[in-house]
Amino acid sequence: MNSLIPLLVAAPLAGAALLLLGGRALDRFGHWLATALAALSFGFGLALFSDMLGREAEHRAVTKHLFSWVPVNGFQADVAFRLDQLSMTFVLLITGVGTLIHLYSVGYMAHDERRRRFFAYLNLFLAAMLLLVIADNYLLLYVGWEGVGLASYLLIGFWQHKPSAATAAKKAFVVNRVGDMGLSIAIMLMFAEFGSFAFTPVFDGAHEASEGKLTAIGLMLLLAACGKSAQVPLQSWLGDAMEGPTPVSALIHAATMVTAGVYLITRSSAIFNLAPDARTAVVVVGAVTLLFGAVVGCAKDDIKKALAGSTMSQIGYMVLAAGLGPIGYAFAIMHLVTHGFFKAGLFLGAGSVMHGMNDEVNMRHYGGLWRHMKVTFVTFGLGYLAIIGFPGLSGFFSKDRIIEAAFAKGGTEGWILGLCALVGAAVTAFYMTRVMVLTFFGEKRWQPDESGELPHPHESPRTMTIPMVLLSFGSVFAGGLFAFHDSFLTWLEPVTGHSEGDSPLSSWTVTGLTTACMLAGVGLAYLMYWRSPVPVVPPVGSPLTRAARRDLLQDDINHAVLVRPGSALTATLVWFDSRGLDGFVNGLAATIGGLSGRLRRIQNGFVRSYALSMFGGTLVLVASTLLMRSV
Amino acid sequence: MSAIAVLAALGGNTPSIPAPHIEYGRLSPMLVVFGAAVAGILVEAFVPRRHRYWTQVPLALAGLAGAFVAVVVLAAQGRAPHLELLAMESVAMDGPALFLQGVILLVAVVAVLTYAERRLEPKAGGLPADAFAAQGAATPGGEQERAAVRAGFTTTEVFPLTMFAVGGMLLFPAANDLLTMFVALEVFSLPLYLLCALARRRRLLSQEAAVKYFLLGSFASAFFLFGTALLYGYAGSVKLGDIADVVSGKAMSTPAQLSSTQSDVLLLTGLGLLAVGLLFKVAAVPFHAWTPDVYQGAPTPVTGFMAAATKVAAFGALLRLFYVAFPGLKLDWRPVMWGVAILTMVVGAVLAVTQQDVKRLLAYSSIAHAGFILTGVIALDRQGVSSVLFYLAAYSFVTLGAFAVVTLVRDSKGEATHLSSWAGLGRRSPLVAGVFALFLLAFAGIPLTSGFTGKFAVFQAAAAGGATPLVVVGVLSSAVAAFFYIRVIVLMFFSDPQPGGPTVAIPSAFTATAIGVGVLVTLGLGLLPQYFLELASKASLFAY
Repeated sequence: MNSLIPLLVAAPLAGAALLLLGGRALDRFGHWLATALAALSFGFGLALFSDMLGREAEHRAVTKHLFSWVPVNGFQADVAFRLDQLSMTFVLLITGVGTLIHLYSVGYMAHDERRRRFFAYLNLFLAAMLLLVIADNYLLLYVGWEGVGLASYLLIGFWQHKPSAATAAKKAFVVNRVGDMGLSIAIMLMFAEFGSFAFTPVFDGAHEASEGKLTAIGLMLLLAACGKSAQVPLQSWLGDAMEGPTPVSALIHAATMVTAGVYLITRSSAIFNLAPDARTAVVVVGAVTLLFGAVVGCAKDDIKKALAGSTMSQIGYMVLAAGLGPIGYAFAIMHLVTHGFFKAGLFLGAGSVMHGMNDEVNMRHYGGLWRHMKVTFVTFGLGYLAIIGFPGLSGFFSKDRIIEAAFAKGGTEGWILGLCALVGAAVTAFYMTRVMVLTFFGEKRWQPDESGELPHPHESPRTMTIPMVLLSFGSVFAGGLFAFHDSFLTWLEPVTGHSEGDSPLSSWTVTGLTTACMLAGVGLAYLMYWRSPVPVVPPVGSPLTRAARRDLLQDDINHAVLVRPGSALTATLVWFDSRGLDGFVNGLAATIGGLSGRLRRIQNGFVRSYALSMFGGTLVLVASTLLMRSV
Repeated sequence: MSAIAVLAALGGNTPSIPAPHIEYGRLSPMLVVFGAAVAGILVEAFVPRRHRYWTQVPLALAGLAGAFVAVVVLAAQGRAPHLELLAMESVAMDGPALFLQGVILLVAVVAVLTYAERRLEPKAGGLPADAFAAQGAATPGGEQERAAVRAGFTTTEVFPLTMFAVGGMLLFPAANDLLTMFVALEVFSLPLYLLCALARRRRLLSQEAAVKYFLLGSFASAFFLFGTALLYGYAGSVKLGDIADVVSGKAMSTPAQLSSTQSDVLLLTGLGLLAVGLLFKVAAVPFHAWTPDVYQGAPTPVTGFMAAATKVAAFGALLRLFYVAFPGLKLDWRPVMWGVAILTMVVGAVLAVTQQDVKRLLAYSSIAHAGFILTGVIALDRQGVSSVLFYLAAYSFVTLGAFAVVTLVRDSKGEATHLSSWAGLGRRSPLVAGVFALFLLAFAGIPLTSGFTGKFAVFQAAAAGGATPLVVVGVLSSAVAAFFYIRVIVLMFFSDPQPGGPTVAIPSAFTATAIGVGVLVTLGLGLLPQYFLELASKASLFAY
């Protein structure tokens, strides 16, 4: 059974290779091939899952050594995989949601002439993401980490003829490099400290390492997580990444890749457990981001950017939970999975709306769409209820547990974090209700397109609606299933550990508060966007609104703090290079050139001169040989 | 008691000249080549003109292939080095000799392919023409020449001439006494002088080159011969092994040496003069002056052959001289050779910087490479020998390939060798320019090409032999050299083509094969050098 583990990665990787190298012959059915291979990988995942369930909880983790990658004395890197409950959860999420989104893309990308390439990239992403979560050492994880970064870059910039898409791809790539540096430094620190970067020796060795070293490793891992998961201060790329095709936003920039940071922190729990300072940094990042993303989500009129803000905020919840330590790891992953369902569903719904509205993304130009796109409306609505934490749906269970865990942290910290999480829940309800109302309810605010025609909204084809329906089942039931008898907690506990913490509030109080906050948010949005007319042209708004529309000035800050000093530094270096170094080099070159020009004159073409030079050379040679003896 | 035994007993008592014992089988590589050369002369005498080309080309190729098979068979027998002294100890078919003979034969096969190219030149007299003069004896621009061109004559004598040269080159690195070495030197030099004079285009330049080469070559041969005489006077023998014994004191020296003031003047002067003769052939500074003029004037296929094969043969002889005859004098010759190596590397690289003609550029590049190889020679250990062997194998195929590419770039006046006309070649013929760029990168010693492996090997050997300053100079010269190689690449790929510039002719399968072999060897020795490094290492022991 274990031999299936490499096939998880191999199937989509083979698909990517085939589609990229196969040429036009594959244009006709390449997208179905890619979808079939994604489904095949999902099938392998299910087989391994049922096999894993058949074993005792302690024996569920298995490893598979494929081959020695870099066998150098003292530096052993293997291509080895570890499939335990944590990675199994990810495998099923990635391949399951991935397969659905492949299916959706068959309809969504039907008219794109570069469709084969798109599916190749999607398969490449699946392979890299699976490698990331089943790697048994950090170096191999890094390969997957870079692989998903590459796939993300390629897919954000897939419509490269649009300058905005090309720029967004570049921005995502550059910002992610900062995070990647963190991961590579963390791996180097691990190697220096433990002499290895395989999981087992690192985690076992963590007990003997000094806290300072562990804190350094933890902070570097956090930097990596910030880059990949779009957490403050490396969050700026995610909003722009919405330039990519919508299925990409759903799969990579909502359900899977952006959660890699949460995986990294949870996977490295052995390090974070022993480094409280690093954990504090993690919760601060999580709490700040969950509010930051929520505020941004409130101000955006672009439906995908509003959802992107929401993604950022929800991942903030997960990072916050992961930073709480054993109190929160399992809930971070639980929210990650439920979020994977409902956020992917919401993005697919947004894509379906855009599909019907001539690729319009401005919600102020929507309105009253529920009549025209019933399936989209219902599935989107279920996703909406799930994300705001409507009692009984997925998000309710997972978010509620995180808020409880935040309070359970104890002390002043616990109060601050718990209140942040509560405020976040209220704001989430506000901005999601705003999205829902602006899109599906109210009067029609449709605008004519360039040719002067009003859009004719219509329901999307089956290949698109079926994935949305399936995902909405996840949005509705996954949370309840996971929370039932703490089944998810029991499943994950052998890997992440768990402790209850010490909450100042009872469980029911927290649930009540959360629900109240949620209702307050919904109510406010109802008053602002349902009861009063929505202007097609956005009003000027308060300074906070204007700042939020500009992503809370993130780009301005980056520009002022990083780009301008960076440019100045580069200019200085260029000046030094051209005046100092080039001067030296050019001077040397000129000297050699001049010497060459002089020496050339000896080569005058007269054989008598040549003979003379030979004779002189012979004299010198013989004389110096004799001289050597006498010295 | 039989009659033979009686005769033998009688012979033992009376002094007589011993009948030379010749091991024909062991000497077969050279004999096959010389046989093919003589057969080629007979073809010229008896076969009708129109059939000669198609007789000579297969004959030459078959002779070379047969000799190569013989070399492989001999090498596979793997005999102990002391059994390799043949023909009264005048020839040593030991590891280095067999390795270099194999290289020379393969180089010659490729060179003969470029000789046989007949599609690049426009037809003359309705018949295909090659790179060689219609009639070597005709005055350039005279009536006789025009008549010969009209008649469609070709100089098929180039094939037997080349075969004689190859035979001499095979003997040169195997020669175990100074007289045999001298004879071999002349045997391969004289045909080369003739071949240089036989260009179809720019015949005056070609003849001038030949005369210069001949005059200076004779001058150098005279030095070599004089050195031989002095050494005979010192050691009483021309055999390299005997000279080494006298130098090390194992054997008595001659009365002449005893009567002199024990100062070794004869020995050291003789050594110096021999070195001059050989350094001339490898084009080391200050005995290099002929190289650019001759490389430029000679027909390009001949230049390629000469640049590759002569260097291989001459370095083989140089190695044998220093490693077999004079290892005991290393304190005397090493410092001087240091100087020669440094001068060669620096002058070759610096002078190449301002060259405007691609053939002259390659000539100066070959001078610089001679300097790099000398650093390996100076190491004076097995590693030094094996690195030089490998370098020679790598370098000769790059050189042949590069000159073969030069024959393809043509305008109305023949080959367009001025660098300015190569501008923008990469846009017009990306394949040809790409191949030439590969050869240039190999010359420059960029990794993944044979040039890098070779240069690394000789520098490593030199550094291990204690010649670190030499390696530093070598690396700096390589940096200077990289400039002018890359300059050509930049010129080809990043400049705009000139209007009315040259075109790239489509060659026949002959030149295409020659270039292809060059590319394969360049990449092969760069990507997978291990097998050949081991082969060179196994072959690095001299018979003594």
